[in-house]
Amino acid sequence: MLSVAAIKQRGSFRLDAAFELPTPGVVALFGRSGCGKSTLIDIIAGLLEPDAGRVALDETVLLDTQRGLDLPPERRGVGYVFQDARLFPHLRVAGNLRYAQKRASAAAYVDFDTVVSLLDLAALMDRRVHGLSGGERQRVALGRALLSQPRLLLLDEPLAALDRARREEVLPYLETLRDRLAIPMVYVTHNFDEVLRLATHIVLMQAGAVIAQGGIGEMSLDPHLRALIGPDEVGAIVEGVVLGLDAAGNLTRLQVGRGEIHVPARGLVVGTKLRVQLLARDIIVSTRVPLHLSVRNSLAGVVTSIQSDEADSDLITLDVGSPLLARITKAATRELGLEPGMPAWALVKSVSLRGHSFSAPT
Amino acid sequence: MTWLTPNESEALCLSLVVATRSVAFSLPVAIALAWLLTRRRFFGHTLLDALVHLPLVLPPVVVGYLLLVVFGSRGLLGGWLARAFGIQLVFTRNGAALATAVMSFPLMVRAMRISLENVDRGLEDAARILGARALDRFATITLPLMLPGILAGAITAFSAALGEFGAVITFVSNIPGETRTLPLALYTALQSPGGDQAAARLAGLSLALGLGGLWVSEWFSRRVRRLLGR
Repeated sequence: MLSVAAIKQRGSFRLDAAFELPTPGVVALFGRSGCGKSTLIDIIAGLLEPDAGRVALDETVLLDTQRGLDLPPERRGVGYVFQDARLFPHLRVAGNLRYAQKRASAAAYVDFDTVVSLLDLAALMDRRVHGLSGGERQRVALGRALLSQPRLLLLDEPLAALDRARREEVLPYLETLRDRLAIPMVYVTHNFDEVLRLATHIVLMQAGAVIAQGGIGEMSLDPHLRALIGPDEVGAIVEGVVLGLDAAGNLTRLQVGRGEIHVPARGLVVGTKLRVQLLARDIIVSTRVPLHLSVRNSLAGVVTSIQSDEADSDLITLDVGSPLLARITKAATRELGLEPGMPAWALVKSVSLRGHSFSAPT
Repeated sequence: MTWLTPNESEALCLSLVVATRSVAFSLPVAIALAWLLTRRRFFGHTLLDALVHLPLVLPPVVVGYLLLVVFGSRGLLGGWLARAFGIQLVFTRNGAALATAVMSFPLMVRAMRISLENVDRGLEDAARILGARALDRFATITLPLMLPGILAGAITAFSAALGEFGAVITFVSNIPGETRTLPLALYTALQSPGGDQAAARLAGLSLALGLGGLWVSEWFSRRVRRLLGR
């Protein structure tokens, strides 16, 4: 368990935030620029001293202002990946990695060769850092952070300086680290795609305060998060278990709640978990058993709530064994006579799930 | 060096020895002061800063005189140094090195401060989180990154030391083979009848040294910049 609480006044900005993360896990500190997430991560790292606060990882207390305890950053045993990588320009890639390895204080849980192979760094070892691409830099920075054998990895918008293609290039490595090394991570970002791919927990921040926090599935339904990411990104994030391929062998069958959906993916091992984002705008609601439709996925459930969303639409919450969100027009709500407690079916096209299913944290 | 007269080569060698010792004396002190003045705020910061820059604005004769007051055989420190360690500075080449060191000190500190201000503190933070303690960080990150400034400072100070006149002649006089460096030899030649040609040759020698120094400095800084990827 990572527990963090901190108060810090900086001019007119006041940070007063606290969160907890069951470990191992990846918590995304999510919010707009200037909401205090980088300040909070710097306090965890020890680079910034809070006016009051406590940071503890499992049994180890890193900071407790009440007891006058404040470990300096070099003794906290945390790794930090900065937005600008901060590789040492006078050392080559190998030199940067060795720098961390030599100063690691804890017993090594991941050795040099493993880091090099996990992050595909072998071809970069003799390169000077200023010749590296943005994506390569961040991979080296990740490797360097890992070789200090951290008990906790802090990442401050590590992909923010990269374009979309480079981001896609680095994300799989982060997923690998999450799943293979089981190291707790605190991941600061304002990009929801990254949260969707990596996080197990979300801490929502606004104006220096935590406005909501929880597991990613539960948080995907949270109105604060919906307000932050914009209507087109709103949708339940569910976890499904791979059942196998469909009859034609093109789609993967996934157990979600009490039902089954088909997603455009192949080559997945039966029993592994997949995370799927079911966008509210892509879901069709039916009050009868759907027949004669091209839609591959229909999940039977019950309407649990109807909230007015935008001027012309409602947000329907359906319980299909796990909660789903569907955005439909107010006119449709009226015509179908939707009420909480009514049975309903949620329909979603498999093709709309392309790019919305990811490997789930193991 | 057959194309130099014995007097000329004596003055040249002495100049190089004095300048080398001068830089060797002042380099560590200048690095420490540059760091202190750039990275720390303390009571007396402005005073110390002014003190470091004083030789830039004082007439060199005054610096030489002050050195006599402090390091002369009856001076505040001079007497003690002679009694305790047998070190004599007045009328010696070490004294000449001290005088040139004091004169070129502001240039050296200035070059290092500029370079230290350009060192990204974020890199030091990164090293810190990787487990590097203060001294380790300074030696492995700060110092290598301020290398361009250290080199520039050392080379500028070396060149200035070769040319220092006023403070040297005031503090350690003009003794052939001991304190008569190139500019002092040039001055002596000008003072003696029929010394015009000797003076011209010495002036040419100084010019060649100066140009050589600039070239070496340029070459070094280009190499270092490439090393640091700038």
